[in-house]
Amino acid sequence: MVNAIEVTDISKQFVLRHTRSIKEAVVWLAKGRKGDLTKKFHALRNVSLHVQTGETVALLGLNGSGKSTLLKHISGVMLPDSGSVRTRGRVAGLIEVGAGFHPDLSGRDNVYLNGAILGMTEQEVNDRFESIVEFAEIGEFIDTEVKFYSSGMYLRLAFSVAVHTDPEVFLIDEILAVGDEPFQRKCIEKIKELAERGKTLVVVSHDLDLVSRICARGVLLEHGNVLFDGPINEAVSRLRN
Amino acid sequence: MSANVQELVEPGLGRGLADVGRSRFLLKLLVRKELKIRYRGSVLGLLWSYVKPGVQFIVFYIALGVFLGLERSPRNPEGLTNYAVYLFSGIVLINFFTEALGNAARSIVHNGNLIKKIYLPRELFPVASVWVSAVHFFPQLVVLVTACLFTGWKPDLLQLLSAVGGFAIVALLAAGLGLLFGAANVYFRDSENLVDMLLMVATWASPVMYAWSMVEAKLGAAAFAVYQANPITVGVELFHYAFWYPTTDGSAPMPPDLLGLWFPVGLVVSVLVLALGQFTFRRLEGRFAQEL
Repeated sequence: MVNAIEVTDISKQFVLRHTRSIKEAVVWLAKGRKGDLTKKFHALRNVSLHVQTGETVALLGLNGSGKSTLLKHISGVMLPDSGSVRTRGRVAGLIEVGAGFHPDLSGRDNVYLNGAILGMTEQEVNDRFESIVEFAEIGEFIDTEVKFYSSGMYLRLAFSVAVHTDPEVFLIDEILAVGDEPFQRKCIEKIKELAERGKTLVVVSHDLDLVSRICARGVLLEHGNVLFDGPINEAVSRLRN
Repeated sequence: MSANVQELVEPGLGRGLADVGRSRFLLKLLVRKELKIRYRGSVLGLLWSYVKPGVQFIVFYIALGVFLGLERSPRNPEGLTNYAVYLFSGIVLINFFTEALGNAARSIVHNGNLIKKIYLPRELFPVASVWVSAVHFFPQLVVLVTACLFTGWKPDLLQLLSAVGGFAIVALLAAGLGLLFGAANVYFRDSENLVDMLLMVATWASPVMYAWSMVEAKLGAAAFAVYQANPITVGVELFHYAFWYPTTDGSAPMPPDLLGLWFPVGLVVSVLVLALGQFTFRRLEGRFAQEL
Protein backbone atom coordinates (compact mmCIF):
# COMPACT_ATOMS: atom_id res chain seq x y z
CA MET A 1 0.00 0.00 0.00
CA VAL A 2 1.07 3.56 -0.55
CA ASN A 3 0.80 6.42 1.87
CA ALA A 4 -1.99 8.91 1.30
CA ILE A 5 -0.74 11.27 3.98
CA GLU A 6 2.80 11.70 5.21
CA VAL A 7 3.21 14.08 8.10
CA THR A 8 6.84 14.09 9.11
CA ASP A 9 8.05 15.68 12.32
CA ILE A 10 6.00 18.87 12.12
CA SER A 11 5.93 21.55 14.77
CA LYS A 12 3.70 24.56 14.92
CA GLN A 13 3.95 27.52 17.25
CA PHE A 14 1.11 29.96 17.54
CA VAL A 15 1.76 33.56 18.26
CA LEU A 16 -0.83 35.17 20.44
CA ARG A 17 -0.59 38.69 19.25
CA HIS A 18 -1.82 41.11 21.83
CA THR A 19 -2.07 44.02 19.50
CA ARG A 20 -3.26 44.57 16.02
CA SER A 21 -2.30 48.14 15.27
CA ILE A 22 0.85 49.67 13.87
CA LYS A 23 0.84 52.29 16.63
CA GLU A 24 1.44 49.77 19.39
CA ALA A 25 4.05 47.94 17.33
CA VAL A 26 5.95 51.20 16.79
CA VAL A 27 5.76 52.09 20.48
CA TRP A 28 7.09 48.64 21.29
CA LEU A 29 10.01 49.08 18.88
CA ALA A 30 10.74 52.55 20.23
CA LYS A 31 10.96 51.17 23.76
CA GLY A 32 13.74 48.88 22.61
CA ARG A 33 11.54 45.81 22.19
CA LYS A 34 11.02 45.52 25.91
CA GLY A 35 8.30 43.33 27.24
CA ASP A 36 6.60 40.78 25.09
CA LEU A 37 4.43 42.08 22.35
CA THR A 38 3.53 38.50 21.64
CA LYS A 39 3.17 35.24 23.49
CA LYS A 40 3.83 31.87 21.93
CA PHE A 41 2.69 28.37 22.55
CA HIS A 42 3.23 25.05 20.83
CA ALA A 43 0.13 23.74 19.11
CA LEU A 44 2.00 20.79 17.61
CA ARG A 45 5.37 19.42 18.71
CA ASN A 46 7.30 17.00 16.49
CA VAL A 47 4.23 15.23 15.24
CA SER A 48 4.60 12.47 12.68
CA LEU A 49 1.72 10.59 11.13
CA HIS A 50 1.73 8.31 8.11
CA VAL A 51 -1.63 7.22 6.81
CA GLN A 52 -1.98 4.59 4.12
CA THR A 53 -4.48 4.86 1.33
CA GLY A 54 -7.81 3.46 2.49
CA GLU A 55 -7.07 3.75 6.19
CA THR A 56 -9.59 5.24 8.60
CA VAL A 57 -7.94 7.26 11.32
CA ALA A 58 -9.47 9.09 14.26
CA LEU A 59 -7.62 11.96 15.90
CA LEU A 60 -8.51 11.91 19.56
CA GLY A 61 -7.73 14.19 22.45
CA LEU A 62 -9.18 16.77 24.76
CA ASN A 63 -9.95 20.30 23.67
CA GLY A 64 -6.81 22.17 22.72
CA SER A 65 -4.74 19.06 22.13
CA GLY A 66 -3.98 20.01 18.53
CA LYS A 67 -6.36 17.75 16.62
CA SER A 68 -7.92 20.44 14.48
CA THR A 69 -4.57 22.13 13.94
CA LEU A 70 -3.17 18.86 12.61
CA LEU A 71 -6.15 18.53 10.31
CA LYS A 72 -5.59 22.07 9.03
CA HIS A 73 -2.00 21.18 8.20
CA ILE A 74 -3.14 18.16 6.21
CA SER A 75 -5.65 20.26 4.27
CA GLY A 76 -3.04 22.95 3.55
CA VAL A 77 -4.84 25.74 5.36
CA MET A 78 -1.83 26.03 7.67
CA LEU A 79 1.83 25.49 6.92
CA PRO A 80 4.14 23.93 9.53
CA ASP A 81 7.01 25.87 11.10
CA SER A 82 9.24 22.85 10.64
CA GLY A 83 8.83 19.37 9.22
CA SER A 84 6.85 18.50 6.15
CA VAL A 85 3.36 17.50 5.14
CA ARG A 86 2.64 15.66 1.93
CA THR A 87 -0.60 14.26 0.59
CA ARG A 88 -1.58 12.20 -2.41
CA GLY A 89 -4.61 12.96 -4.55
CA ARG A 90 -7.38 15.39 -3.87
CA VAL A 91 -7.91 16.25 -0.23
CA ALA A 92 -11.25 17.69 0.80
CA GLY A 93 -12.48 18.63 4.17
CA LEU A 94 -15.86 18.27 5.72
CA ILE A 95 -14.49 20.95 7.99
CA GLU A 96 -17.12 23.18 9.49
CA VAL A 97 -19.92 22.32 7.18
CA GLY A 98 -21.36 25.38 5.52
CA ALA A 99 -18.28 27.58 5.82
CA GLY A 100 -18.66 28.63 2.21
CA PHE A 101 -22.40 29.23 2.30
CA HIS A 102 -23.87 32.65 1.77
CA PRO A 103 -27.27 33.27 3.39
CA ASP A 104 -28.51 35.58 0.65
CA LEU A 105 -28.00 33.11 -2.16
CA SER A 106 -30.43 30.36 -3.11
CA GLY A 107 -29.73 26.74 -2.26
CA ARG A 108 -28.86 26.11 -5.89
CA ASP A 109 -26.30 28.92 -6.03
CA ASN A 110 -24.80 27.76 -2.77
CA VAL A 111 -24.40 24.21 -4.03
CA TYR A 112 -22.42 25.50 -6.99
CA LEU A 113 -20.38 27.96 -4.95
CA ASN A 114 -19.61 25.50 -2.18
CA GLY A 115 -18.83 22.72 -4.65
CA ALA A 116 -16.35 24.96 -6.42
CA ILE A 117 -14.79 26.04 -3.13
CA LEU A 118 -14.29 22.37 -2.24
CA GLY A 119 -12.55 21.84 -5.56
CA MET A 120 -15.22 20.49 -7.89
CA THR A 121 -15.31 21.46 -11.54
CA GLU A 122 -18.39 22.86 -13.25
CA GLN A 123 -19.00 19.54 -14.97
CA GLU A 124 -18.80 17.63 -11.68
CA VAL A 125 -21.30 19.90 -9.96
CA ASN A 126 -23.67 19.67 -12.92
CA ASP A 127 -23.47 15.89 -12.95
CA ARG A 128 -23.97 15.46 -9.21
CA PHE A 129 -26.47 18.24 -8.64
CA GLU A 130 -29.55 15.96 -8.61
CA SER A 131 -27.87 13.55 -6.27
CA ILE A 132 -26.80 16.35 -3.91
CA VAL A 133 -30.32 17.73 -3.64
CA GLU A 134 -31.80 14.29 -3.21
CA PHE A 135 -29.38 13.31 -0.45
CA ALA A 136 -30.01 16.59 1.38
CA GLU A 137 -33.80 16.05 1.17
CA ILE A 138 -34.24 19.70 0.22
CA GLY A 139 -36.59 19.14 -2.71
CA GLU A 140 -38.59 22.17 -3.82
CA PHE A 141 -36.73 24.55 -1.49
CA ILE A 142 -33.58 24.39 -3.57
CA ASP A 143 -34.35 27.77 -5.18
CA THR A 144 -35.14 29.46 -1.85
CA GLU A 145 -32.51 31.62 -0.21
CA VAL A 146 -30.75 29.60 2.45
CA LYS A 147 -31.35 32.22 5.14
CA PHE A 148 -34.95 30.96 5.17
CA TYR A 149 -33.83 27.35 5.71
CA SER A 150 -34.20 25.66 9.05
CA SER A 151 -30.85 24.92 10.65
CA GLY A 152 -31.33 21.24 9.85
CA MET A 153 -31.94 21.88 6.16
CA TYR A 154 -28.95 24.16 6.03
CA LEU A 155 -26.62 21.56 7.51
CA ARG A 156 -28.05 18.77 5.39
CA LEU A 157 -27.40 20.67 2.19
CA ALA A 158 -23.91 21.63 3.27
CA PHE A 159 -23.04 18.09 4.30
CA SER A 160 -24.47 16.74 1.08
CA VAL A 161 -22.29 19.00 -1.06
CA ALA A 162 -19.24 18.01 0.96
CA VAL A 163 -19.75 14.25 0.64
CA HIS A 164 -20.31 14.61 -3.09
CA THR A 165 -16.91 16.18 -3.74
CA ASP A 166 -15.48 12.65 -3.99
CA PRO A 167 -11.85 13.26 -3.04
CA GLU A 168 -9.23 10.61 -2.29
CA VAL A 169 -8.69 11.87 1.25
CA PHE A 170 -11.54 13.01 3.47
CA LEU A 171 -10.95 15.18 6.48
CA ILE A 172 -13.88 15.29 8.87
CA ASP A 173 -13.92 17.71 11.76
CA GLU A 174 -16.76 17.54 14.25
CA ILE A 175 -19.52 17.54 11.72
CA LEU A 176 -21.23 14.35 12.61
CA ALA A 177 -23.61 16.17 14.90
CA VAL A 178 -25.57 17.11 11.82
CA GLY A 179 -29.32 17.28 11.71
CA ASP A 180 -31.78 14.96 13.36
CA GLU A 181 -31.26 11.31 14.21
CA PRO A 182 -32.37 9.77 10.88
CA PHE A 183 -30.18 12.16 8.91
CA GLN A 184 -27.26 11.56 11.23
CA ARG A 185 -27.58 7.85 10.60
CA LYS A 186 -27.65 8.53 6.90
CA CYS A 187 -24.47 10.63 7.14
CA ILE A 188 -22.67 7.92 9.05
CA GLU A 189 -23.79 5.33 6.51
CA LYS A 190 -22.43 7.54 3.77
CA ILE A 191 -19.11 7.96 5.52
CA LYS A 192 -18.84 4.21 6.08
CA GLU A 193 -19.63 3.65 2.43
CA LEU A 194 -16.81 6.01 1.47
CA ALA A 195 -14.44 4.07 3.72
CA GLU A 196 -15.49 0.81 2.09
CA ARG A 197 -14.81 2.29 -1.31
CA GLY A 198 -11.19 2.71 -0.27
CA LYS A 199 -11.20 6.39 0.58
CA THR A 200 -8.82 7.58 3.24
CA LEU A 201 -10.60 9.11 6.22
CA VAL A 202 -9.22 11.29 8.98
CA VAL A 203 -11.85 12.07 11.59
CA VAL A 204 -11.82 14.44 14.53
CA SER A 205 -14.66 13.93 16.96
CA HIS A 206 -15.43 13.87 20.64
CA ASP A 207 -18.07 11.24 20.07
CA LEU A 208 -15.90 8.27 21.03
CA ASP A 209 -18.53 5.60 20.38
CA LEU A 210 -19.09 6.95 16.93
CA VAL A 211 -15.44 7.12 15.91
CA SER A 212 -14.82 3.61 17.17
CA ARG A 213 -17.53 2.42 14.80
CA ILE A 214 -16.11 4.30 11.79
CA CYS A 215 -12.36 4.19 12.29
CA ALA A 216 -9.87 1.37 12.68
CA ARG A 217 -6.94 3.38 13.97
CA GLY A 218 -6.78 5.99 16.68
CA VAL A 219 -4.18 8.67 17.29
CA LEU A 220 -4.22 10.23 20.72
CA LEU A 221 -2.90 13.77 21.06
CA GLU A 222 -2.16 15.79 24.17
CA HIS A 223 -0.76 19.32 24.19
CA GLY A 224 0.50 18.92 20.66
CA ASN A 225 2.27 15.59 21.27
CA VAL A 226 1.31 12.19 19.98
CA LEU A 227 0.68 10.02 23.06
CA PHE A 228 -0.55 6.89 21.37
CA ASP A 229 -1.01 5.58 17.85
CA GLY A 230 -2.69 2.22 17.37
CA PRO A 231 -5.98 0.33 17.25
CA ILE A 232 -8.99 2.53 17.89
CA ASN A 233 -10.31 0.64 20.91
CA GLU A 234 -7.06 0.99 22.76
CA ALA A 235 -6.83 4.70 21.94
CA VAL A 236 -10.38 5.30 23.13
CA SER A 237 -9.86 3.44 26.39
CA ARG A 238 -6.63 5.34 27.07
CA LEU A 239 -8.42 8.63 26.50
CA ARG A 240 -11.26 7.58 28.81
CA ASN A 241 -8.86 6.87 31.62
CA MET B 1 -4.66 0.85 -7.02
CA SER B 2 -4.94 2.43 -10.42
CA ALA B 3 -1.82 2.61 -12.52
CA ASN B 4 -1.63 6.38 -12.45
CA VAL B 5 -1.02 6.78 -8.76
CA GLN B 6 -0.76 10.47 -8.03
CA GLU B 7 2.39 11.92 -6.58
CA LEU B 8 2.71 13.06 -3.01
CA VAL B 9 2.49 16.83 -2.92
CA GLU B 10 2.77 19.42 -0.21
CA PRO B 11 -0.65 20.93 0.42
CA GLY B 12 -1.10 24.65 0.87
CA LEU B 13 1.61 25.80 -1.50
CA GLY B 14 -0.10 27.69 -4.27
CA ARG B 15 1.37 28.95 -7.49
CA GLY B 16 0.10 32.46 -6.95
CA LEU B 17 -1.87 34.16 -9.67
CA ALA B 18 -1.41 31.15 -11.94
CA ASP B 19 -3.83 29.31 -9.64
CA VAL B 20 -6.48 31.92 -10.34
CA GLY B 21 -6.38 30.93 -13.99
CA ARG B 22 -6.92 27.29 -13.03
CA SER B 23 -9.84 28.16 -10.76
CA ARG B 24 -11.82 30.09 -13.35
CA PHE B 25 -15.04 28.33 -12.40
CA LEU B 26 -14.71 29.35 -8.76
CA LEU B 27 -13.69 32.88 -9.77
CA LYS B 28 -16.79 33.14 -11.93
CA LEU B 29 -19.02 31.99 -9.06
CA LEU B 30 -17.39 34.36 -6.56
CA VAL B 31 -17.93 37.27 -8.94
CA ARG B 32 -21.52 36.22 -9.55
CA LYS B 33 -22.12 35.97 -5.81
CA GLU B 34 -20.85 39.50 -5.21
CA LEU B 35 -22.99 40.85 -8.03
CA LYS B 36 -26.08 39.09 -6.70
CA ILE B 37 -25.74 40.25 -3.12
CA ARG B 38 -24.65 43.82 -3.89
CA TYR B 39 -28.12 45.20 -4.41
CA ARG B 40 -30.13 42.53 -2.61
CA GLY B 41 -33.38 43.79 -1.22
CA SER B 42 -33.22 47.10 -3.07
CA VAL B 43 -35.94 48.26 -5.46
CA LEU B 44 -33.68 49.92 -8.03
CA GLY B 45 -31.15 47.07 -8.03
CA LEU B 46 -28.42 47.40 -10.63
CA LEU B 47 -29.84 50.81 -11.59
CA TRP B 48 -27.93 52.16 -8.59
CA SER B 49 -24.75 51.54 -10.56
CA TYR B 50 -26.01 54.19 -13.00
CA VAL B 51 -27.62 56.58 -10.53
CA LYS B 52 -24.69 56.99 -8.12
CA PRO B 53 -22.01 58.02 -10.65
CA GLY B 54 -24.57 60.13 -12.48
CA VAL B 55 -25.34 62.17 -9.37
CA GLN B 56 -21.67 62.41 -8.46
CA PHE B 57 -21.00 63.74 -11.93
CA ILE B 58 -23.77 66.37 -11.74
CA VAL B 59 -22.53 67.62 -8.36
CA PHE B 60 -18.93 67.95 -9.54
CA TYR B 61 -19.98 69.48 -12.80
CA ILE B 62 -22.08 72.19 -11.17
CA ALA B 63 -19.62 72.92 -8.37
CA LEU B 64 -16.43 72.84 -10.41
CA GLY B 65 -17.61 73.58 -13.93
CA VAL B 66 -20.21 76.24 -13.25
CA PHE B 67 -19.33 77.79 -9.88
CA LEU B 68 -15.54 77.55 -10.16
CA GLY B 69 -15.71 78.30 -13.86
CA LEU B 70 -13.63 75.54 -15.41
CA GLU B 71 -16.02 75.12 -18.37
CA ARG B 72 -15.10 77.18 -21.41
CA SER B 73 -17.55 80.03 -22.01
CA PRO B 74 -17.43 83.55 -23.48
CA ARG B 75 -16.61 84.86 -20.02
CA ASN B 76 -14.00 82.15 -19.42
CA PRO B 77 -12.00 81.51 -22.60
CA GLU B 78 -9.30 79.74 -20.60
CA GLY B 79 -11.66 76.93 -19.59
CA LEU B 80 -11.92 73.46 -21.11
CA THR B 81 -14.43 72.73 -23.84
CA ASN B 82 -16.91 70.01 -22.94
CA TYR B 83 -15.72 70.08 -19.36
CA ALA B 84 -18.57 67.72 -18.46
CA VAL B 85 -17.20 64.97 -20.68
CA TYR B 86 -13.64 65.73 -19.60
CA LEU B 87 -14.63 65.36 -15.97
CA PHE B 88 -16.75 62.27 -16.40
CA SER B 89 -14.23 60.30 -18.43
CA GLY B 90 -11.77 60.70 -15.56
CA ILE B 91 -14.31 60.06 -12.83
CA VAL B 92 -15.45 56.71 -14.18
CA LEU B 93 -11.90 55.43 -14.18
CA ILE B 94 -11.23 56.73 -10.67
CA ASN B 95 -14.51 55.18 -9.50
CA PHE B 96 -13.40 51.86 -10.87
CA PHE B 97 -10.02 52.14 -9.17
CA THR B 98 -11.52 53.23 -5.85
CA GLU B 99 -14.02 50.42 -5.73
CA ALA B 100 -11.58 47.77 -6.94
CA LEU B 101 -8.79 48.64 -4.52
CA GLY B 102 -11.09 49.40 -1.58
CA ASN B 103 -12.80 46.02 -1.87
CA ALA B 104 -9.68 44.06 -2.73
CA ALA B 105 -7.88 45.42 0.33
CA ARG B 106 -10.72 44.18 2.54
CA SER B 107 -11.36 40.94 0.69
CA ILE B 108 -9.03 38.67 2.67
CA VAL B 109 -10.25 39.75 6.11
CA HIS B 110 -13.79 39.74 4.80
CA ASN B 111 -13.50 36.11 3.67
CA GLY B 112 -11.54 35.15 6.77
CA ASN B 113 -14.05 32.48 7.79
CA LEU B 114 -13.46 30.58 4.61
CA ILE B 115 -9.71 31.09 4.48
CA LYS B 116 -9.35 29.77 8.02
CA LYS B 117 -11.12 26.54 7.21
CA ILE B 118 -10.65 25.50 3.62
CA TYR B 119 -7.60 25.76 1.43
CA LEU B 120 -8.18 27.53 -1.85
CA PRO B 121 -6.05 29.94 -3.87
CA ARG B 122 -6.46 33.06 -1.77
CA GLU B 123 -5.47 35.34 -4.63
CA LEU B 124 -8.96 34.64 -5.92
CA PHE B 125 -10.51 37.10 -3.50
CA PRO B 126 -8.65 40.30 -4.49
CA VAL B 127 -8.88 39.32 -8.15
CA ALA B 128 -12.62 38.72 -7.83
CA SER B 129 -12.99 42.17 -6.22
CA VAL B 130 -11.29 43.83 -9.19
CA TRP B 131 -13.43 41.78 -11.55
CA VAL B 132 -16.66 42.78 -9.81
CA SER B 133 -15.62 46.42 -10.01
CA ALA B 134 -15.02 46.01 -13.72
CA VAL B 135 -18.59 44.77 -14.09
CA HIS B 136 -19.84 47.82 -12.19
CA PHE B 137 -17.65 49.99 -14.36
CA PHE B 138 -19.60 48.96 -17.43
CA PRO B 139 -22.83 50.92 -16.74
CA GLN B 140 -20.72 54.02 -16.13
CA LEU B 141 -19.01 53.46 -19.45
CA VAL B 142 -22.43 53.29 -21.10
CA VAL B 143 -23.37 56.65 -19.54
CA LEU B 144 -20.05 58.12 -20.64
CA VAL B 145 -20.34 56.93 -24.23
CA THR B 146 -23.89 58.26 -24.40
CA ALA B 147 -22.69 61.67 -23.24
CA CYS B 148 -19.84 61.53 -25.76
CA LEU B 149 -22.19 60.72 -28.63
CA PHE B 150 -24.32 63.74 -27.73
CA THR B 151 -21.29 66.00 -27.97
CA GLY B 152 -20.20 64.74 -31.38
CA TRP B 153 -17.76 61.96 -30.48
CA LYS B 154 -15.86 60.57 -33.47
CA PRO B 155 -12.96 58.47 -32.21
CA ASP B 156 -10.44 56.72 -34.40
CA LEU B 157 -9.16 53.21 -33.73
CA LEU B 158 -6.07 54.42 -31.88
CA GLN B 159 -8.22 56.43 -29.51
CA LEU B 160 -10.45 53.46 -28.79
CA LEU B 161 -7.42 51.29 -28.16
CA SER B 162 -6.00 53.83 -25.75
CA ALA B 163 -9.19 53.49 -23.67
CA VAL B 164 -8.53 49.76 -23.44
CA GLY B 165 -4.91 50.47 -22.54
CA GLY B 166 -5.86 52.97 -19.85
CA PHE B 167 -8.30 50.53 -18.32
CA ALA B 168 -5.73 47.73 -18.35
CA ILE B 169 -3.12 49.89 -16.59
CA VAL B 170 -5.54 50.84 -13.82
CA ALA B 171 -6.91 47.30 -13.44
CA LEU B 172 -3.40 45.84 -13.06
CA LEU B 173 -2.49 48.53 -10.55
CA ALA B 174 -5.64 47.89 -8.53
CA ALA B 175 -4.98 44.14 -8.50
CA GLY B 176 -1.36 44.64 -7.43
CA LEU B 177 -2.14 47.09 -4.65
CA GLY B 178 -5.15 44.97 -3.68
CA LEU B 179 -2.93 41.91 -3.15
CA LEU B 180 -0.43 44.00 -1.19
CA PHE B 181 -2.87 45.76 1.11
CA GLY B 182 -5.24 42.79 1.32
CA ALA B 183 -2.44 40.64 2.73
CA ALA B 184 -1.14 43.42 5.00
CA ASN B 185 -4.65 43.97 6.33
CA VAL B 186 -4.62 40.50 7.91
CA TYR B 187 -1.76 41.58 10.17
CA PHE B 188 -2.58 45.24 10.64
CA ARG B 189 -6.10 46.49 10.19
CA ASP B 190 -4.60 49.94 9.71
CA SER B 191 -4.08 48.84 6.15
CA GLU B 192 -7.64 49.51 5.07
CA ASN B 193 -7.55 53.02 6.50
CA LEU B 194 -4.31 53.64 4.68
CA VAL B 195 -6.05 52.53 1.50
CA ASP B 196 -8.96 54.91 2.09
CA MET B 197 -6.48 57.74 2.44
CA LEU B 198 -4.56 56.69 -0.66
CA LEU B 199 -7.77 56.62 -2.66
CA MET B 200 -8.65 60.15 -1.59
CA VAL B 201 -5.21 61.33 -2.69
CA ALA B 202 -5.45 59.36 -5.95
CA THR B 203 -8.53 61.32 -7.00
CA TRP B 204 -6.65 64.61 -6.76
CA ALA B 205 -3.20 63.40 -7.85
CA SER B 206 -4.45 62.84 -11.40
CA PRO B 207 -5.89 65.34 -13.87
CA VAL B 208 -9.50 64.37 -13.23
CA MET B 209 -10.89 67.72 -12.10
CA TYR B 210 -8.27 69.98 -13.66
CA ALA B 211 -6.13 69.97 -16.82
CA TRP B 212 -2.66 68.43 -16.94
CA SER B 213 -1.28 71.67 -18.40
CA MET B 214 -1.97 73.48 -15.11
CA VAL B 215 0.29 70.97 -13.35
CA GLU B 216 3.08 71.33 -15.85
CA ALA B 217 2.96 75.12 -15.53
CA LYS B 218 3.36 74.98 -11.74
CA LEU B 219 5.69 72.02 -11.31
CA GLY B 220 8.34 72.32 -14.01
CA ALA B 221 9.64 69.49 -16.18
CA ALA B 222 11.31 67.21 -13.61
CA ALA B 223 8.48 67.13 -11.09
CA PHE B 224 5.98 66.84 -13.93
CA ALA B 225 7.73 63.68 -15.10
CA VAL B 226 7.18 62.19 -11.63
CA TYR B 227 3.55 63.26 -11.80
CA GLN B 228 3.23 61.55 -15.17
CA ALA B 229 4.81 58.31 -13.97
CA ASN B 230 1.72 57.65 -11.82
CA PRO B 231 -0.18 54.91 -13.69
CA ILE B 232 -3.53 56.43 -12.70
CA THR B 233 -2.52 59.73 -14.30
CA VAL B 234 -1.61 57.90 -17.50
CA GLY B 235 -4.88 55.96 -17.38
CA VAL B 236 -6.93 59.11 -16.92
CA GLU B 237 -5.09 60.91 -19.74
CA LEU B 238 -5.62 57.93 -22.03
CA PHE B 239 -9.32 58.09 -21.22
CA HIS B 240 -9.33 61.81 -22.01
CA TYR B 241 -7.64 61.02 -25.29
CA ALA B 242 -10.22 58.33 -26.07
CA PHE B 243 -13.45 60.00 -24.94
CA TRP B 244 -13.02 63.73 -24.47
CA TYR B 245 -10.48 64.68 -27.14
CA PRO B 246 -12.56 63.36 -30.09
CA THR B 247 -15.47 65.58 -28.96
CA THR B 248 -13.40 68.78 -29.17
CA ASP B 249 -12.07 70.63 -32.18
CA GLY B 250 -8.65 69.11 -31.52
CA SER B 251 -7.02 72.36 -30.49
CA ALA B 252 -6.57 71.28 -26.87
CA PRO B 253 -3.07 69.93 -26.33
CA MET B 254 -2.64 66.36 -25.09
CA PRO B 255 0.31 65.57 -22.81
CA PRO B 256 3.46 65.15 -24.92
CA ASP B 257 4.58 61.57 -25.68
CA LEU B 258 1.41 60.14 -24.11
CA LEU B 259 1.24 57.05 -26.30
CA GLY B 260 4.91 56.70 -27.15
CA LEU B 261 6.42 57.14 -23.69
CA TRP B 262 3.92 57.43 -20.85
CA PHE B 263 1.67 54.56 -21.85
CA PRO B 264 4.54 52.03 -21.68
CA VAL B 265 5.81 53.66 -18.48
CA GLY B 266 2.39 53.37 -16.84
CA LEU B 267 2.06 49.77 -17.94
CA VAL B 268 5.51 48.86 -16.62
CA VAL B 269 4.86 50.56 -13.28
CA SER B 270 1.54 48.71 -12.95
CA VAL B 271 3.11 45.36 -13.78
CA LEU B 272 5.90 46.00 -11.27
CA VAL B 273 3.34 46.85 -8.60
CA LEU B 274 1.47 43.65 -9.46
CA ALA B 275 4.69 41.64 -9.13
CA LEU B 276 5.42 43.29 -5.78
CA GLY B 277 1.87 42.65 -4.60
CA GLN B 278 2.05 39.01 -5.63
CA PHE B 279 5.45 38.59 -3.94
CA THR B 280 4.28 40.14 -0.67
CA PHE B 281 1.04 38.19 -0.75
CA ARG B 282 2.87 34.90 -1.11
CA ARG B 283 5.25 35.77 1.69
CA LEU B 284 2.37 36.54 4.03
CA GLU B 285 -0.34 34.05 3.03
CA GLY B 286 1.19 31.06 4.83
CA ARG B 287 0.10 32.57 8.14
CA PHE B 288 -3.31 33.89 7.10
CA ALA B 289 -5.21 31.03 8.75
CA GLN B 290 -3.73 31.63 12.19
CA GLU B 291 -3.75 35.43 12.08
CA LEU B 292 -7.30 35.97 10.95
